[in-house]
Amino acid sequence: RHLSPRLTPSEGLARPPPPPTDNCPNGSFRPSHGKIVERGVVPTCVYQHSRGTIPREPSWDSVEWEGRSLLKALVKKSALCGEQVHVLGCEVSEEEFREGFDSSINNRLVYHDLFRDPLSWSKPGKALPGGPLEALRALDKRTGSGPATIALDSLSWLLHHLPCPILCQTLHALSRQDSCPGDTLPGEQVRVLGLLHEELHGPGPLGALSSLAQTEVTLSGTMGQASAHILYRRPRQRPTLQTQWFSILPDFSLELQVEPLLESQPPSDLHTPSVDPTTHLTFNLHLSKKEREAKDSLTLPFQFSSEKQQALLRPGLGQATSHIFYEPDAYDDLDQEDPDDDLDV
Amino acid sequence: MFPELNNLLNTTPEGAEQGKLTLLCDAKTDGSFLVHHFLSFYLKANCKVCFVALVQSFSHYNMVGQKLGVSLTTARERGQLVVLEGLKSAVDIFFRPQEEPHPLQFLREANAGDLQPLYAFVRDALEPVDCGEAAWRCPVLLVDDLSVLLSLGVGPVAVLDFVHYCRATVCREWKGNVVALVHDSGDAEDEESDVLLNGLSHQSHLILRAEGLATGFCKDVHGQLRILWRRPLQPTTPRDRSLTYQYKIQDKSIFCCEPSSEPYSL
Repeated sequence: RHLSPRLTPSEGLARPPPPPTDNCPNGSFRPSHGKIVERGVVPTCVYQHSRGTIPREPSWDSVEWEGRSLLKALVKKSALCGEQVHVLGCEVSEEEFREGFDSSINNRLVYHDLFRDPLSWSKPGKALPGGPLEALRALDKRTGSGPATIALDSLSWLLHHLPCPILCQTLHALSRQDSCPGDTLPGEQVRVLGLLHEELHGPGPLGALSSLAQTEVTLSGTMGQASAHILYRRPRQRPTLQTQWFSILPDFSLELQVEPLLESQPPSDLHTPSVDPTTHLTFNLHLSKKEREAKDSLTLPFQFSSEKQQALLRPGLGQATSHIFYEPDAYDDLDQEDPDDDLDV
Repeated sequence: MFPELNNLLNTTPEGAEQGKLTLLCDAKTDGSFLVHHFLSFYLKANCKVCFVALVQSFSHYNMVGQKLGVSLTTARERGQLVVLEGLKSAVDIFFRPQEEPHPLQFLREANAGDLQPLYAFVRDALEPVDCGEAAWRCPVLLVDDLSVLLSLGVGPVAVLDFVHYCRATVCREWKGNVVALVHDSGDAEDEESDVLLNGLSHQSHLILRAEGLATGFCKDVHGQLRILWRRPLQPTTPRDRSLTYQYKIQDKSIFCCEPSSEPYSL
């Protein structure tokens, strides 16, 4: 059993609501223009296989939650809704991307292959003409009428090979199909999904791409369960952050799940009884009630007491703004003479 | 090859998987034993191997290979092994006419461009030829190591492109394997090394990482080996599988054991 909370954006979004005949299965987890961000450094942490605890190093031990499965799951959802899906594939081959999809999805999926020969190195040229930029720009001409989804696998590859401003401009142009945004019909909306490997880029390009995206999904997880942190940015509204636990089934169906309960104690603690270290001592570590009260009411010598506070708040006439409060004790020798008087300066 | 490593990786020369990119990585220790392992492994598996050896001389690899049971000289003579000896050919490049293409052509260029000549060398070395003789099992590219290219001035994106093309051609088209070693400097300021390592990790099917122990040098345990299987063909498990072992390298073998929280005793 799984939950299917409504995650579609509500009325506040500029994107028009989906057409009434929306027969998407399994509820809705459909970011509009989204970017899937993988977080975490490869590879996985050490968990089973050792009885004791192993010290965790943050640069290694965060689990690598790969985003391509989620991208494929979203592609599958779009295809099942009747949309045409265009995939610009840079990182994996067409066979690998299509793997796991059945024929109904594969028929709706058009794969633009930038994997085999993206830089025209092969002797008989198998490259798409014009290189990566032209291939990207050509995508908006290929989406005909009807809703369509464009999946970029991956934005990281494009960011490495194209200048960031040009990539951002092209992505912006891709998601706005015609020049009059007011006339956009619901049926012609294009959804752009991009997969980004967060560790490969600096904060500048990441921030630029973030500002373009309406929805940002960051993948992480804990204790074997993947989670997606979803940031919705709606125009003229505050961005909202939501966390959704999920898993992806072998046929790339998306299954939303309840948050797993975090176990506060590892199982080994059940076997060893906790020992109170303050027993069997030759000195007393405990405080009685009176002692505790006396301790709490003690004012520390350098504490900013209320008298000092009042004196500072109401400086007297002709007084300097700073005062030194000094109480000499019995052993003090107060000599008002200036010890530097004998210097011939 | 180390039979113990084969057991950990659950593989044999006869049943080696094909079409895989294996990333070898080392941090605070020397991971070259992994290179020697895979070199002898694939030679024993009757694969055609192209070895881009940028770090050591051929005789060094040959010597270690003999301890592990393969003769690199013999393999080279009968055409099973093609070696690009980086240390030697890097000097040759300056004494030959510039028109002739050389795999390490980038050394002559003012700003090191891309590694297309190196890719062309690999492609020519491993291209399957249809001749009547017994064909080799599958082509394998082995690189020792990619971090040297970074220190020679090649950008990380260019190295990633080179590995991308090797993966597209050797792994995908010819159903061969690619094995490459990368150093993890552990230096937070070395962004290029991080981009290369992370980028390769995303492309890899199997990652072996040799690390020095967190507690420092130890006579009896040389380090810790982490194995991560990524990108399985069927996403049956939601996450990738990983194992950790501590190892000690002996003369011709490697001893691996699971790490334990108790004080170490071998």
